[in-house]
Amino acid sequence: MSLRIVVCVKYVPDATGDRHFAEDLTVDRDDVDGLLSELDEYAVEQALQIADEADDAEITVLTVGPEDAKDALRKALSMGAHKAVHVEDDDLHGTDVMGTSLVLAKAVEHVGYDLVVCGMASTDGGMGVLPALLAERLGVPQVSLLSQVAVEDGKVTGRRDGDAATEQLEAALPAVVSVTDQSGEARYPSFKGIMAAKKKPVESLDLSDLGIEADEVGLDGAWTTVDSAAERPARTAGTIVKDEGEGGKQLAEFLAGQKFV
Amino acid sequence: MAEVLVYVDHVDGAVRKPTLELLTLARRIGEPVAVHLGAGADEAAKVLGEHGAVKVLTADAAEFADYLVVPKVDALQAAYEAVNPAAVLVPSSAEGKEIAARLALRVGGGLITDAVDLEAGDEGPVATQSVFAASYSTKSRVTKGTPVITVKPNSAAPEAAPAAGTVERLSVTFGELATGTKVVSRTPRESTGRPELTEAAIVVSGGRGVNGAENFPLIEALADSLGGAVGASRAAVDAGWYPHTNQVGQTGKSVSPQLYIAAGISGAIQHRAGMQTSKTIVAINKDEEAPIFELVDYGVVGDLFEVVPQLTDEIKARKG
Ligand SMILES: Cc1cc2nc3c(=O)[nH]c(=O)nc-3n(C[C@H](O)[C@H](O)[C@H](O)COP(=O)(O)OP(=O)(O)OC[C@H]3O[C@@H](n4cnc5c(N)ncnc54)[C@H](O)[C@@H]3O)c2cc1C
Ligand SMILES: Cc1cc2nc3c(=O)[nH]c(=O)nc-3n(C[C@H](O)[C@H](O)[C@H](O)COP(=O)(O)OP(=O)(O)OC[C@H]3O[C@@H](n4cnc5c(N)ncnc54)[C@H](O)[C@@H]3O)c2cc1C
Repeated sequence: MSLRIVVCVKYVPDATGDRHFAEDLTVDRDDVDGLLSELDEYAVEQALQIADEADDAEITVLTVGPEDAKDALRKALSMGAHKAVHVEDDDLHGTDVMGTSLVLAKAVEHVGYDLVVCGMASTDGGMGVLPALLAERLGVPQVSLLSQVAVEDGKVTGRRDGDAATEQLEAALPAVVSVTDQSGEARYPSFKGIMAAKKKPVESLDLSDLGIEADEVGLDGAWTTVDSAAERPARTAGTIVKDEGEGGKQLAEFLAGQKFV
Repeated sequence: MAEVLVYVDHVDGAVRKPTLELLTLARRIGEPVAVHLGAGADEAAKVLGEHGAVKVLTADAAEFADYLVVPKVDALQAAYEAVNPAAVLVPSSAEGKEIAARLALRVGGGLITDAVDLEAGDEGPVATQSVFAASYSTKSRVTKGTPVITVKPNSAAPEAAPAAGTVERLSVTFGELATGTKVVSRTPRESTGRPELTEAAIVVSGGRGVNGAENFPLIEALADSLGGAVGASRAAVDAGWYPHTNQVGQTGKSVSPQLYIAAGISGAIQHRAGMQTSKTIVAINKDEEAPIFELVDYGVVGDLFEVVPQLTDEIKARKG
């Protein structure tokens, strides 16, 4: 029987660009180019490797985001995923993590799954909680923050490097996993992959397709609100000295002046 | 006064500093009730009481160690139902955030992660977040249900405030999902004797410029002379020169010490994301164009192999 893998990928503003908030205090997406969150490339990569090990597997990449988020899906398809699902709806603008997890859970169920693979965190919101929320909503095990992952005999196993210990984890499928950037470099799409991606199916869904009411998501449906966003004042120019043999001593003098020594 | 649940992060009853910070912040919005799961509750209760916990709810069960995250959510939910708090505060560790998120969903309350400050407001607690690699500071609120907020280490100075700290046992029934993810084995990390990276007041980090594992003792010696923790850039970690657990940045630890010293680190956005809220920033880099110098309070343009040992010696000499 085929192993159905769904990879959740987020379309985010490029972190190396100058990111800003729009007037309604949501992320200004016109300001900076978007791309597939780099940390989700690791999720796609691990899904591809798991699929390679399985007799028969199908990888669907899934995103919730605006029109441009198709770029993130194309990138994942060109890496080797088989098909894509794009949840897009004007009412999604400003959705918080609770709403996003609701939409993703419904979409994952719509696609059908044995395994959901996520990144460890997005590179914009960076909350790192979506995989846990998805597992809670779907009522399946969470096997999160894995630096190593394998699927065999209907079980997912993996290694989680925590603060205090390294743990070896195991859960029965279906399950939600998330993988870290320690799980292994993501492959670059080949020319062949890029050409093939153009022919792969991308299904578009809106809220009504998923049976979600407009007031469950978006700014109005959010359980949180941002009251203000202020750009941090640029740090005032510090003292910079060239080492001409005394640099370490000068630095010690500075640290002593600041009472660190 | 309204009660505020505080989830206790501890190692066998030794309460970690971020929890004491949470108790301090909790007192701004209500009366802290601490939730201690696992061994060592009596030992912890003393410290928690000294820092303002009016009550300590405790539960111990093998499930907490044998299965991932969910048993702790079940227990925190039991505490939530017992107390009906005005807010729930959890330390912003990877596990803390997952516990907080699942609890928030279950109880129908909004979630804010990685707060760096917390104040009482007319419409409930107001959290400050430092976002987009600390280039923005936002103020957010929960508008639905009970606020569940995770707070980053070093967000407040722990203050003593004697309170009862009465211990009460919590009865917990584990749900079906609690045993979903089995912890097959656990290898505790060896202690280095240095302060915990995220909690340390001083952090000294080395990057690609350190040029080899064999040179990291230079960074360690400087950290030790200051009583600080050792960090590393991803480039140094990926090269295998230092453990991943010491990585500072977007996909490593986020630190906010009083003093951050970066040696041989260029200052890429992903590194900055994890250290830009440090109070005082110092860099040693031989390239005067390195972006890290845009952030520093004090920078030395020079070879770290010259500057770092001289600095360490000078600090040792001054400390006598
Ligand atoms: C700066 C900032 C701060 C925010 N703070 C909060 C907050 O405190 N509380 C709150 O409720 N909301 C917050 N949000 C909104 C929240 O980020 C979004 O709702 C978001 O879609 C989910 O959270 P995340 O991006 O942090 O995901 P994470 O939990 O960091 O993402 C983990 C993984 O989930 C998957 N994933 C996440 N989003 C999507 C998606 N749209 N499509 C497909 N897969 C996805 C990816 O695999 C990703 O790697 C914040 C947003 C920003 C930009
Ligand atoms: C999704 C993603 C997540 C990431 N997460 C992180 C993260 O969490 N943490 C992180 O650090 N990076 C992270 N990175 C990587 C980041 O982009 C940089 O590649 C990395 O921070 C560079 O490390 P570095 O500064 O040590 O190395 P480099 O950028 O190579 O800089 C080395 C510096 O050392 C200086 N130098 C060399 N020799 C000497 C000498 N003898 N004396 C003094 N100075 C010297 C050089 O002038 C240079 O400025 C991430 C990247 C991505 C894409």
